[in-house]
Amino acid sequence: MSNTTPGTDQPVVTPPPRTRGGGIPARVMATNSSNSLRGWAFKIVLLGLVDSLAVFAMFVLFMQESWLIFGITLAVTLVINWIYLRPGGLPAKYLAPGLLFLAVFQIFVVVYSGYIAFTNYGDGRNGTKEDAIANIQLTSLNRVPDSPTFRLQVLEQGGDYAFLVTTPTGEVFLGSPDEPLAPAGGAELDSTGKAVAVDGYTSLSFADLLANQRAITTLSVPFSDDPADGALRTPDGSNAYLYLSALEYDEATDTFTDAAGVIYRDGGNGAFVNDDGRELIPGWTINVGFDNFVKAFTSDNIRGPLISVTIWTFAFAILSVATTFALGLFLAIVFNKPGMKGKKAYRLIMILPYAFPGFLSGLVWLGLFNQDFGYINQVLFGGASIPWLTDPWLAKISVLTVNLWLGFPYMFLICTGALQSIPEELTEAATVDGAKPWAVFRLIKFPLLLVSVAPLLISSFAFNFNNFNIIYMLTGGGPRDVTAGVDAGATDILITLVYKVAFGAGTGRDYGLASAFAILIFIIVATVSIISFRQTKALEELN
Amino acid sequence: MWVDADRAGVLEDIAAQFEADRGVAVELVTKDFGAIRDDFITQAPTGNGPDVIVGAHDWLGKLVQNGVVAPLELGDAAGDFQDVAITAMSYEGQTYGLPYSVENIALIRNVDLAAEAPATFDEMIAAGEASGAEYRFLVGLDPNAADPYHLYPFQASFGAPVFEITADGTYDPTTLALGNEGGEQFATALAAWGADGILNTNISGDIAREEFVAGKSPFFLTGPWNLPAVKEAGINYAIDAIPSAGGETASPFVGVQGFFVSSRSENTIAATEFLVNYIGSEEVQTALYEVGGRAPALLSAFEAAQGDADVAAFGAVGADGVPMPNVPAMDVVWSDWGSTQVAIINGQGDPVELWRAMVASIQEKVDG
Repeated sequence: MSNTTPGTDQPVVTPPPRTRGGGIPARVMATNSSNSLRGWAFKIVLLGLVDSLAVFAMFVLFMQESWLIFGITLAVTLVINWIYLRPGGLPAKYLAPGLLFLAVFQIFVVVYSGYIAFTNYGDGRNGTKEDAIANIQLTSLNRVPDSPTFRLQVLEQGGDYAFLVTTPTGEVFLGSPDEPLAPAGGAELDSTGKAVAVDGYTSLSFADLLANQRAITTLSVPFSDDPADGALRTPDGSNAYLYLSALEYDEATDTFTDAAGVIYRDGGNGAFVNDDGRELIPGWTINVGFDNFVKAFTSDNIRGPLISVTIWTFAFAILSVATTFALGLFLAIVFNKPGMKGKKAYRLIMILPYAFPGFLSGLVWLGLFNQDFGYINQVLFGGASIPWLTDPWLAKISVLTVNLWLGFPYMFLICTGALQSIPEELTEAATVDGAKPWAVFRLIKFPLLLVSVAPLLISSFAFNFNNFNIIYMLTGGGPRDVTAGVDAGATDILITLVYKVAFGAGTGRDYGLASAFAILIFIIVATVSIISFRQTKALEELN
Repeated sequence: MWVDADRAGVLEDIAAQFEADRGVAVELVTKDFGAIRDDFITQAPTGNGPDVIVGAHDWLGKLVQNGVVAPLELGDAAGDFQDVAITAMSYEGQTYGLPYSVENIALIRNVDLAAEAPATFDEMIAAGEASGAEYRFLVGLDPNAADPYHLYPFQASFGAPVFEITADGTYDPTTLALGNEGGEQFATALAAWGADGILNTNISGDIAREEFVAGKSPFFLTGPWNLPAVKEAGINYAIDAIPSAGGETASPFVGVQGFFVSSRSENTIAATEFLVNYIGSEEVQTALYEVGGRAPALLSAFEAAQGDADVAAFGAVGADGVPMPNVPAMDVVWSDWGSTQVAIINGQGDPVELWRAMVASIQEKVDG
């Protein structure tokens, strides 16, 4: 949106551009004025589209009573209109869309993860307390064993609902949430003997039921004056069943009591719990402060393998960068030789591994590495039985090999680009001064290359530090030492270990713990990156 | 309503029928089956999730734990379904889903290589030996996680289910039965089979199927999903009960697929009506069976499907089966269970000790 409009604004707010040559000013002016008219029209249409979308969104949010998001949408829409309708402020016109997307897709996500890290959000704790209470009440309703199915007609009288039920033996009863069932005389029966209407009440049709589904399915009509006899409820509007609630909620004390009188209180950890420690499911999300961070350092599943996994994570990331860079650079130099035939075709082939999705390659390599049936053992090693993925050390080598295959095209690309940007005169001058090719490379080309490539090496390190795909698809972190008692394998890096601990153990997925780990890993990667960038600044001073 | 691609076609027809009869339009959203459970758990609490999802019964524990499914009262229709399907769709005494199919593994035999169905595991191996085929027996395993699901019938034949089964036929998720004497005998047997080369963790499910359809083994332990490949290859096959290794019945896990109603649904009457009276009808159950090849859960549709010998044979094996546990704790069981089986099969330590370490580790995680 902004890419087209701001450019056309330019003549309106600035004098004729100085950068354009002075030879053809008349033509430039002419195209600019027609451009600016079209530009305005284009801008108005685009802005209109954005505004109408925003108004629609605000309408929906208003209906849902999501006030916070409503307010944010309104503010953002106003700011966007102000930016694009006022004259001047060119930088804002360029930056606004980018900043907006940055806020939505980066900043919001980061802040939200940070927020989650301080909650217990996860399996069994994924809603509000009100939802949890409603759900416990719903699931604690048990149909009375061997109780019959009552055929039901829902009635209405002055806005209140009533149940007209027909027992399997043909008796007809009438009741409402306030009035227990009582025999109903004079009811009108249909051909199957089911009571369908009674004087003074309106019978609801299926369409009427559909319009009031929540109200009708939550109706509870006492069977008799004794609550222990249970109450009739209907799940479908045409049949009623007798239910007894196994748990009663008392709003005043905020407790559940079961049939045996055991009391479940809000235990402060996002669930109702009794004195024996038994929790009712589901629970709800609460803020837990720094608990997740404490757990991250004290959990046996993490502490035990933490040191070896951290070492391997660094080794994996560093070796991945080093090997891919070495191979990519070597190939870049080879294919950079002037006058080489078929250079383009070779380069194209080199890029291919980069074009495959990483997890797909992971699966293909998984097959190639199979101990008894894989291509590598069967063909390359003449039928040997080498446990590529199940021996702890070989698995590490295999993972690095596959990552080398996946990663070298990227390094090849950036090295080729960087090499081509190094002026040829430097090489010539050095050669004239009598430098040998190796010295030219080591002393001149390589340092210049590093200046432009070093930041990319750092980002590659950060990427490989969290390279979940390759580990997960190839070995799943295995092979695992089952006697160690923790779910960590020889090729697990921090991110896969975190995945296993936060999503695979205990009560299920623990998003809070996972977010806390994500923050910790971010701190590690950020620290390493900052130190490295400081180092590359030193490199730049070479120039 | 969220459904997977295979089910969508049939459901479109029945949804149109429902709209014509009842005036309620059903909006079908096709999703990847594997993603439905987690997406539903995340979206349902926001109030924007679907009213109904298709799913597998072993998700139920997790769905209930998260409070996203509502109990479904089948009324008198409950008796019209296979018992195992209703048990599978129940959790702590409540029924939550409408089952539409049941599925289990069985032993597929290449009749040209082995003329008779083996009664015991040893008989099967002996018959495999006598056939002169390259493999005596095939089952797909994973080099890191083995396959506790496929190996479970043998474990059960030693009398070692995963959890204790309570009087009402459901699992008690707090009491592990894996660690009993039978479990340890099974571990010893696994080690022996691994050492003998009967089980090989490098034979993945795909490789096992390839080798079986190439006629390289008389026996293949698998489910109906691999039957089309076997038929296509022209193998003269028979479907047999799984031979017992430990003396007791080798009961496979039965998987049940069905439909669940969201606890946040504002359309429970329409959803219940649609599930119980439309999807629960013989016509729809049969139609779902015809597209999916899985035996229908509704008894009358199941009887009607008996005309297909394969369905009848798998169904007969499934009659001995037990529903796969649907308790949330299962998630933590699979991982330890599988990697320990790998270690035992590959002889990485004393089988009984490995098995005990696994039971201790699982117990610790189940206790939380």
